[in-house]
Amino acid sequence: MVVERNVEKEVEVEYARLRIPFGPVHPALKEPVSLRVSVRGEEVIDVDMVLGHVHRGIEALAEGRNLIQTLYLIERICGICSHSHTTCFIQALEEIGGIAPSERALYLRTLIFEMERIHSHLLLLGVMAYEIGFDTLFMFIWHVREKILDLFEKITGNRIHHAMNTIGGVRWNLTPQIASEINSCMKEMEKAVKYVRDIFTDGTVEKRICGLGVLDYSEALKLCVVGPTARGSGVDIDVRRDHPYAAYNDLKGNFSVITRRDGDVHARIEVRVLEIFESINIIRAILEKLPEGPIRPEENVLRLMRRIPEGEAVSLVEAPRGELFYFVKTDGKGGLRRLKVRTPTFSNLIGLKSMLLGCEIADIPVIVASIDPCLSCTNRVTIVDQRSGESKVVSLDALRRVVREK
Amino acid sequence: MLYETLRSLFRRPVTVEYITKPGRMVPVPERFRGKLTYDRDACIGCMLCVRVCPGGVITSAEERKVAFNISRCILCGQCAEICPKGAIKMSTQFEIVTFDKNGLIVK
Repeated sequence: MVVERNVEKEVEVEYARLRIPFGPVHPALKEPVSLRVSVRGEEVIDVDMVLGHVHRGIEALAEGRNLIQTLYLIERICGICSHSHTTCFIQALEEIGGIAPSERALYLRTLIFEMERIHSHLLLLGVMAYEIGFDTLFMFIWHVREKILDLFEKITGNRIHHAMNTIGGVRWNLTPQIASEINSCMKEMEKAVKYVRDIFTDGTVEKRICGLGVLDYSEALKLCVVGPTARGSGVDIDVRRDHPYAAYNDLKGNFSVITRRDGDVHARIEVRVLEIFESINIIRAILEKLPEGPIRPEENVLRLMRRIPEGEAVSLVEAPRGELFYFVKTDGKGGLRRLKVRTPTFSNLIGLKSMLLGCEIADIPVIVASIDPCLSCTNRVTIVDQRSGESKVVSLDALRRVVREK
Repeated sequence: MLYETLRSLFRRPVTVEYITKPGRMVPVPERFRGKLTYDRDACIGCMLCVRVCPGGVITSAEERKVAFNISRCILCGQCAEICPKGAIKMSTQFEIVTFDKNGLIVK
């Protein structure tokens, strides 16, 4: 008798478990990701993630092009952090070719970098405000962000794809007039972001996002999350300080790395808001210290490209979302043998599962948005079994096993 | 809160009216990269632009000149930068959309 009752109970539990497909097209998501969420009542008990909806095969495409064409191709990996991608790639090329960009070029690269960080963080803060149902704040933040985009247009000629980097330097110089415009924009920005910070520390907003989607310190270390997601959990990492690139070595005294111990959505937002202030500080320091000199080599870019020998290099930058990694292998004839990109969202998505466990269904969009997912950066090889409709993402280890077995 | 509401009520909207008449459009900055223009007489046929174009816009045409298929252009401005004679320029024209696809081929 006793045994039978136990069996009955188990069946009951199984019935209460419900699998809910969330995405790939969902009003709360800006980009396609498919989460398969198992729930008991309102509580999330398991999350399965399906990627690959925006796979574009850029790495393979890059292998059939020359380096200059690739430079503009990889800028299109991500619209929001386009400058991070090109800088990371160009750094690797300059490492292989032994080309040293001038001081001024490095400073200008850093300037665009920090402006990009501001605009990326503002974008996320706006999206977060939208997710928690605060549309007025969303409109306000995106209006502020528009000013940065206008500045980009004035400096580089395009709002999103700046095409700023070239081999051995940058393509657009800074005139005194634009510099003063940046200065006045930063003043406005500081005022606006202070206002945003006050709203995000308001009681109503705090009640909505505090204690939500907690990723504690040890878990964050174990899962190797990067960028503001890691810093929100108290992991003190920042490529700008740990492995300085571009002009960050000179600017070390002008910014600090912001960390929070809480590890919830609110902590991640707070880190981003405060990072905007640090970026403003860096931009002011750059405008003050900006050295004179040429911004790019005299030589034409095709000749520079031909000078890059066969070789391989690894490059790291701190993109707005975290650590961005590039592995570049050139073939010595102006082409690429292999390009490997590891984007920050790829690392951060792994942390999503432990954030989502135990939360409510209504909190899923807020938590997913809080890691600032950039899914078009992330997609990897996906194999779809057409007969069963089953799809699986092949990891490197599995792929290696298959290769060895053959 | 009320102060903010009243202030927003009487402020001019942030958005700008989109006027399609030429000469009255939204002003664009000096460095803006719009639809490219091609000076056929200045072109010396060095084909540098063909080699750097990431979108496959530029193809070689007869008489050692080049032809542009603007519908593929990603407006990076690399061809204008590398041209030794300045035959290719980026204009500030941003309205490229058209019903006639053949009109987008510049020779």
